[in-house]
Amino acid sequence: MASYLLIESRDPFESNDVASVYELAAGLIQEGNEVTVFLVQNGVLPARRSAKSQPLTGLAQIGAEVLADDFSLRERGIKLERLAEGIGASALDTVIDHLANGSKVIWH
Amino acid sequence: MSDKKTITFALMDPPYENARCTTALRLINIAAQRGYDVNVFAYEGAVGLPFTKQSPHPNAVHGHDADEEDHPLPHEWIEAMAKTANANGGNLDWINCGLCVDERGVHEALDFVRRGSPADLWKWAEASDNTLVIPTK
Amino acid sequence: MGLKVLSIVESAYRATIEEQDDTILWTSTALRGAGANVDVLLRGNAVNYGVKGQDASGLQFGERKQTHPPQLEDDLQRLMDLGAKVYVTTDDVAERGLERNDLIGGLEPISRSGMAKLCGNYDQIWHW
Repeated sequence: MASYLLIESRDPFESNDVASVYELAAGLIQEGNEVTVFLVQNGVLPARRSAKSQPLTGLAQIGAEVLADDFSLRERGIKLERLAEGIGASALDTVIDHLANGSKVIWH
Repeated sequence: MSDKKTITFALMDPPYENARCTTALRLINIAAQRGYDVNVFAYEGAVGLPFTKQSPHPNAVHGHDADEEDHPLPHEWIEAMAKTANANGGNLDWINCGLCVDERGVHEALDFVRRGSPADLWKWAEASDNTLVIPTK
Repeated sequence: MGLKVLSIVESAYRATIEEQDDTILWTSTALRGAGANVDVLLRGNAVNYGVKGQDASGLQFGERKQTHPPQLEDDLQRLMDLGAKVYVTTDDVAERGLERNDLIGGLEPISRSGMAKLCGNYDQIWHW
């Protein structure tokens, strides 16, 4: 079992490929890995509760930790109380923590 | 046991074109503040980040002269982060892909920046605790 | 055992004319040449790099002709000749109306659902 950090900088409103990252996250969990999905830049846009949030909530429900960069949220005026279920805010330090701890870190 | 880590970043984006540069510099800043050894392999447009001929300008739409606008210049941010890393017991090392520099003509870079190739990225990756590639789109 | 890296190429035809190649296939080839244990996964639009018969020749700007247009199929073959495995995601191939015999030989098919297991075979995943 390994630890993975999937950094998603793109959003599903603009990019079809984001779905493949969510799919990879689910697959890695099914393989028994620890998975954190870290949303940054426009990747936080689906963190604001909407129809596009459901895949992220779904990942949290199957065991992923789903986090959104607090600066990116604030930059876009996304208040914490508007976050979809299962998504938490986090400092970007989380990425450095994962790198320092030897997680497999993938940026999309 | 030391908490000091060595992290390598590979960057691709030029300054002033998208949000990835800013996030990359934020990450490097965090690592510098922790006193880590940080290696940056700048590929393609990212070789423009430490280019010292970036210069500030006024902004009439903002109603600012050049001093008031205080326009960010990435090479200044990088220089500042190098000082932060050193002050905290770490180091910021930066290699620009040489062929990428030649194509773009951005030869004037910060003093500590040197030319290199993908072989340098691999050497760093093998010697680091981890490597993060931040792709362009 | 040394570092083993999977390089994922997703972005396609990005500055390939100006660079006369795909810069990530180029880097991967340079890394292989330097002894790196790097394999490549083509996904998304980059699966099209495996298509036979791509032709980017003939561009001219004023009197200036491009003399070495990109030859991406050859670049993939060069990478494979250096010992790299080059995977291609079958779902992305099918979605783009491609069939197996549209692609050059030697590419290793992998489904999107197989990617998680594939990641487990590498120490690091570099997504370009």
